[in-house]
Amino acid sequence: MRHRTAVLAGAVGLSLGFVGIAFTQAGDWGAYQVGDKRSGYTYAQPETQAMQDDDFENPAFLLVDLAAEQWSIPDGELDKACADCHGDVENLAGVGATYPVYHEGWGKMINVEQRINECRTENMQAEPLKYDSKGLLGMTALVKLQSRGMPMNVAIDGPAAPFYEKGKEFYFERRGQLDLACANCHEDHAGEQLRANRLSQGQPNGFPTYRLKWQNMGSLHRRIKGCNRQVRAEPYKSGSDEYVNLELFISHRANGLPVETPSVRN
Amino acid sequence: MAVVGPASAESLVTYTIVDDFSIPESLTGAPGDPVKGREVAINRRLGNCLACHVMPIPEQPFHGETGPDLDGVADRYTEGELRLRVVDSKSINPYTMMPAFYRVEGFHRVMERFAGKPILTAQEVEDVVAYLMTLKEE
Repeated sequence: MRHRTAVLAGAVGLSLGFVGIAFTQAGDWGAYQVGDKRSGYTYAQPETQAMQDDDFENPAFLLVDLAAEQWSIPDGELDKACADCHGDVENLAGVGATYPVYHEGWGKMINVEQRINECRTENMQAEPLKYDSKGLLGMTALVKLQSRGMPMNVAIDGPAAPFYEKGKEFYFERRGQLDLACANCHEDHAGEQLRANRLSQGQPNGFPTYRLKWQNMGSLHRRIKGCNRQVRAEPYKSGSDEYVNLELFISHRANGLPVETPSVRN
Repeated sequence: MAVVGPASAESLVTYTIVDDFSIPESLTGAPGDPVKGREVAINRRLGNCLACHVMPIPEQPFHGETGPDLDGVADRYTEGELRLRVVDSKSINPYTMMPAFYRVEGFHRVMERFAGKPILTAQEVEDVVAYLMTLKEE
């Protein structure tokens, strides 16, 4: 059901030895850098990287393991489990790397969290899981874990195009009393020190992530809320159209970087 | 010369920008306190200048690097020029990352508890300016 391996090593066809060497050389981040794109992993402390490198050290797997059990347990009025339709969760390999995607029925984008809940309410007639609940975080991470090591591959053409534009607008729009856009930090100043924190490119390819500051797992939307609050801007709700569109923009921006879910970040 | 008034915020004092580049007169009508200004620059809830700038404040372990080093800044700018940069740096460069520390309008989705309030009071602005004016290279 799950594969506890050295992250990325097998999946991207690099030998473990090569990866190990790559990380000791400044500026060469192996699979974690693609062109100018750098995963948050490359900005993390070595101890944090080590936690991510070993699935048995990565605390996110507590929730992923629970979700893996849940996968086969029937729930809801129809008494169906995820496995009844999808079979082995490994059948979802590659799927997580493409989200958010356009949802015909909704007429807008849907992310993995929302797809899981749609499955629950529509196909299982079960209660939806709360956005940042352990259940939804774990299941989202389990689904994305099946794509770990595969390049992010999010489409923005066709019906997704206008939503991508909205996400892009959000990304470059200044907000809050500090009057900062996402781009001010994560485009223009990535890699630089912001007092005690090093600014990353804000890449989403490792979410949901285990964040040391939270001492828990959290969603991408929770992380964005934190950023919004730091610039003293009113955040949106997790799962809001605004954040899903932003997720689309930054996920496409991450195209080519490997899925790292569940990553460990500080 | 342009006079900027507190259109909807009663608490902001009016100031005058000279030559698009300087606010020569103190917002409070009195000189600031450089010792307090240094504290404001360190305080994460107030100026938090160290978030972005390296400053000659050695007891603080982490200094940001997104903005210019402020050591010697008083040699490079006049007091009035520094005041405008603290009050509303975007009036000089609209693309700057630096927040306007004494402005309450033209913002998007400000958190409710900060809405209509400047980041710093007029007194705190003056204290910071007074502190910055001490940053001369020997």
